[in-house]
Amino acid sequence: MLRIIVSRLGTAIPSVIGVVIVTFLITHALPGDPAAYFAGPNPTLESIAEIRQQLGLDRSWPLQFTSYVSDLVHGHLGSSLSTGQPVLQELLSRLPASMELTLAGLTIALAIAIPLGVMAATRPGSWIDHLCRILSTTGVSVPPFFTGLLLIYIFYYLLGWAPAPFGRLDIYASTPPTITGFYTIDALLAGDGETFRAALGQLVLPAFSLGVFSLAPLARMTRASMLAALSSDFVRTAKANGLSSRTVVMKYALRNAILPVVTTLGMVFSFLLGANVLVEKVFAWPGIGSYAIDALIASDYAPVQGFVLCMAILYIALNLVLDIIYSVLDPRFGLAA
Amino acid sequence: MRQALAQWRYVIAENPLTGFAFALFTLFVTVALFAPFLMPHSPLATHAADALRPPGGAYLLGTDQLGRDILSRLIAATRLDLAIGASAVALAFVFGVGLGLIAGYYGGWADRIIGRFTDTLMAFPLFVLAMAIVAALGNTVTNIVLATAIINIPLYARMARVETNIRRDAGYVAAARLTGNSEARILLGHILPNLLPIMAVQTSLTMGYAILNAAGLSFIGLGVQPPTPEWGTMVSEGASAILSGQWWVAVFPGLTLLLAVFCFNILGDGLRDVLDPRNRT
Repeated sequence: MLRIIVSRLGTAIPSVIGVVIVTFLITHALPGDPAAYFAGPNPTLESIAEIRQQLGLDRSWPLQFTSYVSDLVHGHLGSSLSTGQPVLQELLSRLPASMELTLAGLTIALAIAIPLGVMAATRPGSWIDHLCRILSTTGVSVPPFFTGLLLIYIFYYLLGWAPAPFGRLDIYASTPPTITGFYTIDALLAGDGETFRAALGQLVLPAFSLGVFSLAPLARMTRASMLAALSSDFVRTAKANGLSSRTVVMKYALRNAILPVVTTLGMVFSFLLGANVLVEKVFAWPGIGSYAIDALIASDYAPVQGFVLCMAILYIALNLVLDIIYSVLDPRFGLAA
Repeated sequence: MRQALAQWRYVIAENPLTGFAFALFTLFVTVALFAPFLMPHSPLATHAADALRPPGGAYLLGTDQLGRDILSRLIAATRLDLAIGASAVALAFVFGVGLGLIAGYYGGWADRIIGRFTDTLMAFPLFVLAMAIVAALGNTVTNIVLATAIINIPLYARMARVETNIRRDAGYVAAARLTGNSEARILLGHILPNLLPIMAVQTSLTMGYAILNAAGLSFIGLGVQPPTPEWGTMVSEGASAILSGQWWVAVFPGLTLLLAVFCFNILGDGLRDVLDPRNRT
């Protein structure tokens, strides 16, 4: 087990190196001028030249790259111009908000997609199969920011069920003591039911907007691989041996059908992390996405750069976790190599 | 030809949704082509007295905060959004298929370098990569197109690589080589035409994604700048109105965007049933 994890970590290293190089190229080699960004909205030629020197942009590329990498290794991501705060610190303090939202979105997607896909596969041609097909074609077509706005209109404006769509908690509510950084979990750990309900209320609509957008590939894949598994020989044998259909579906077919679904999760994470930025803007969610948007609008370069790096590393890490889960679920995986 | 038509008819008859998507596609293209003649009002003219009128009357789909006619803005936006999507997909197609052909045909170092390049791009969440590219290149519509093209290149390159690789040693390629065709001629004249059907499916599927991506970038304030009408910016302008109950400002552009993406996705599935029956789902 440990050996698998170590070898997986090894395969992630080239991706991390690639990501660092691309981020460097995007920020230093493209026609855009970071010095002009750093100089703010009304730069003079002198201030740009001065900043260029400060940033070391007048040096050669290899020199710039080595100093960039050594800064990264020491955790220096620069400081934001508008807030003056170090980028790393700000990203770390906002990361739990984004993670809580992303994971909640993923949970909703999985909770809908897998049962739907399984039921569609066990009853092909039924209404639930059609529902699965409709959801998996419309799901990816609905822009997540539009779903968010629609949900706000229906559940906040018309029905009044949802709290005002601004942030993770009402401004008058007290934040739970930080343990995991996830408000819902922290409130539960602190035994504070009221804060838990408040945090959950704020979380439901944005998480649902994310879930709808990302459930389509999961439902599609669950259905397809369940269909394949159900028509296989070992399922026929299990049925012939008189096992209940519940055991056959859940233990025999689903266990095998779930593997391609785990693989699809890699793509789903790419969707989720991107859509996260949009949903955070709609719900004024104080995560790293809205931090990056504010910085983009203000032409504040260091936070954008830090955000991109942070998202890419997060994506690689999530894929790594997936790989490990995969090797736990499927003992055959990784042994042949 | 007649056989192809019969196959289309069969696919549409079996799946009426494909027919609906095709009709929708025709409508979108017509609107985009004849946009200037179809707009009842100017998409940019403001009528302060008529701000936030609900749908109906002189303004069929209502007006926004500045009293601009939403229908006219939607029609103008259709042209812009389809143009952004189509040019991004065309660029991604040319560069992606080009790289995929080289990687799949020559293998070896070329394959390794191109593979490493596409893997690195895929190591980013794609929308985030697009944000970074627009941020670095500058906030213009051209750069939205470029960013959307770049994030789609890996998909095309990978698919073209696999499809080229399995054809590299096919009989007709060997025959072409034996009769003295140049490598370039074999690649472009013999292998590429065989990739086109499967790539066409990919094009339709990525077109929807490209439009969604560009609208998303505009929604967060990158790319298309107000007052230019674009679906994403229009939804973003309507976001504050929806909190006070004026749903139509955001809902109509959002719905149009949804329908456009939906239409390309369904068309892609339909196209696959016709061109590539092996992968039917």
